[in-house]
Amino acid sequence: MTTLPQSTNRKLGLVIDLDTCVGCHACVISCKGWNTENYGAPLSDTDAYGSDPSGTFLNRVHSYEVQPTQGEAQLIHFPKSCLHCEDAPCVTVCPTGASYKRVEDGIVLVNESDCIGCGLCAWACPYGAREMDAVEKVMKKCTLCVDRIYNENLPEVDREPACVRTCPAGARHFGDFADPDSHVSKLTAERGGMDLMPEQGTKPVNKYLPPRPKDTLSESAGDIDILAPYLEPVAQEAKGFLGWLDKTLEKL
Amino acid sequence: MHPAPSVIFFTVFSGIGFGLLTFLGLGYPGVMGWTAFAFFAIAYVCAVGGLMSSTFHLGHPERALKAFTQWRSSWLSREGWCAVIALLVMAVYGMGLVFFGERWTILGLIGSVFSVLTVFTTSMIYTQLKTIPRWNSTATPAMFLSYAFAGGALLAGQITLAMALLAIAAVVQVFLWAQGDGALAGSGTSMATATGLGNIGSVRAFEPPHTGTNYLLKEFAYVVGRKHSQKLRIISIVLMAVLPIALLAASFSHMLALLAVISHVAGALVSRWLFFAEAEHVVGLYYGKR
Ligand code: SF4
Ligand code: SF4
Ligand code: SF4
Repeated sequence: MTTLPQSTNRKLGLVIDLDTCVGCHACVISCKGWNTENYGAPLSDTDAYGSDPSGTFLNRVHSYEVQPTQGEAQLIHFPKSCLHCEDAPCVTVCPTGASYKRVEDGIVLVNESDCIGCGLCAWACPYGAREMDAVEKVMKKCTLCVDRIYNENLPEVDREPACVRTCPAGARHFGDFADPDSHVSKLTAERGGMDLMPEQGTKPVNKYLPPRPKDTLSESAGDIDILAPYLEPVAQEAKGFLGWLDKTLEKL
Repeated sequence: MHPAPSVIFFTVFSGIGFGLLTFLGLGYPGVMGWTAFAFFAIAYVCAVGGLMSSTFHLGHPERALKAFTQWRSSWLSREGWCAVIALLVMAVYGMGLVFFGERWTILGLIGSVFSVLTVFTTSMIYTQLKTIPRWNSTATPAMFLSYAFAGGALLAGQITLAMALLAIAAVVQVFLWAQGDGALAGSGTSMATATGLGNIGSVRAFEPPHTGTNYLLKEFAYVVGRKHSQKLRIISIVLMAVLPIALLAASFSHMLALLAVISHVAGALVSRWLFFAEAEHVVGLYYGKR
């Protein structure tokens, strides 16, 4: 049924820390690996070794340059996958019922055997989180690794999404946002976790932690190292040939 | 948005087909027998041909019947229902006219209502998308309906009415363009809100996630031909409305009427191409496009 549930028992999702992410794309690769080998149709690549390679990915990492009005520009790596929205527009537009949001944990999934590949759900998603597979012709999206998180055949440490398990920087966190004491809820509260495109009204479950403010070197004398006076530049004026050149050019 | 030919043909021809069925259902023209058969044949070729063409852009057309299940929430599903009901009711009504020389007025009225609803539900598939601010406007259903009525009246041979409806369609179309040009900027969605980084400073896409292209860029970030859009707009308005009105006003002959129809369809196809090609999807913002 593509009408959305009134509420879900749990709200599973991710916290992505834009301060910590180093843009290594390891989460992209582990996602592609897990989701190609497990649940649903594999994520295809076309012309992978040719001149026009293209492929289906459920998680992609953008990089942005942000220029503040004062100070240095910052480079921010920005992983993006399905945000498992509470008001998911991708679900309500689906004509077949292939797209649905689960009542038990809020995960948004596609039942691939019902999908007619009309693409309308991808049109409705503001975040580019859905991609039509070029070979299988069905809609693919992040499943929050639903086949890992409840999988009792895996060691307990592996029962989290592949991207979270892989991230070498600890920039990705998985948990239940409906529980105010979960570490994802606490992180969001502490660090000012934000929604992407809040004006679209999708109420994303996934939250992004903004980059922390950059350190600044204080101008006040007290903060300057005690050895600073000894580090004054020694040569104040050019001597020798360069000094002569400087003076001569000055005169001209 | 990628202007897929199958969807352009579908919306233009099914619009005209259901427009003609609307008029036939109301008894304009009040034809019977084999003349009625000819009118109904044209309407069904347009409407059904359009619907068939829309299935070409499905990844799995063999599962198309499943699309009837979600009418509670999905405009695409509702469109399917309206189209099937309209076509079935009008088939019975048409049979009455062609084979029994009977006009079952109520049936015609029901068929007309569902024909209009089909065009409306089609337009709502596009209108509902907040992700495409240019389409997310009441002017979108107004445009689809005015095209269907104008094209339908033209094919139904309702000359004076057609001239008025063509003029209305042109006005609505120009309004939709004018409004649409400011829609993305007015929507409040920008790179700043897309990334949430806007309160630090101005955001620039530094490196995309992939070196090659992908589904998202092909489907949503179509920009080819946008620089010609002003010229194409003029061409489409002239072909869609101005020329047909002039031809109809000149003097009535079947030859001129046929030319008017051809010109209208060509103009509608250009306009529909622009409808897709000019539509900016907010996902392009993540790639620094728009
Ligand atoms: S991020 Fe996109 S695909 Fe995921 S739930 Fe939200 S609207 Fe749907
Ligand atoms: S592509 Fe599949 S999942 Fe998406 S709206 Fe169409 S049928 Fe539903
Ligand atoms: S694996 Fe972690 S650090 Fe690397 S790109 Fe993904 S989120 Fe960022």
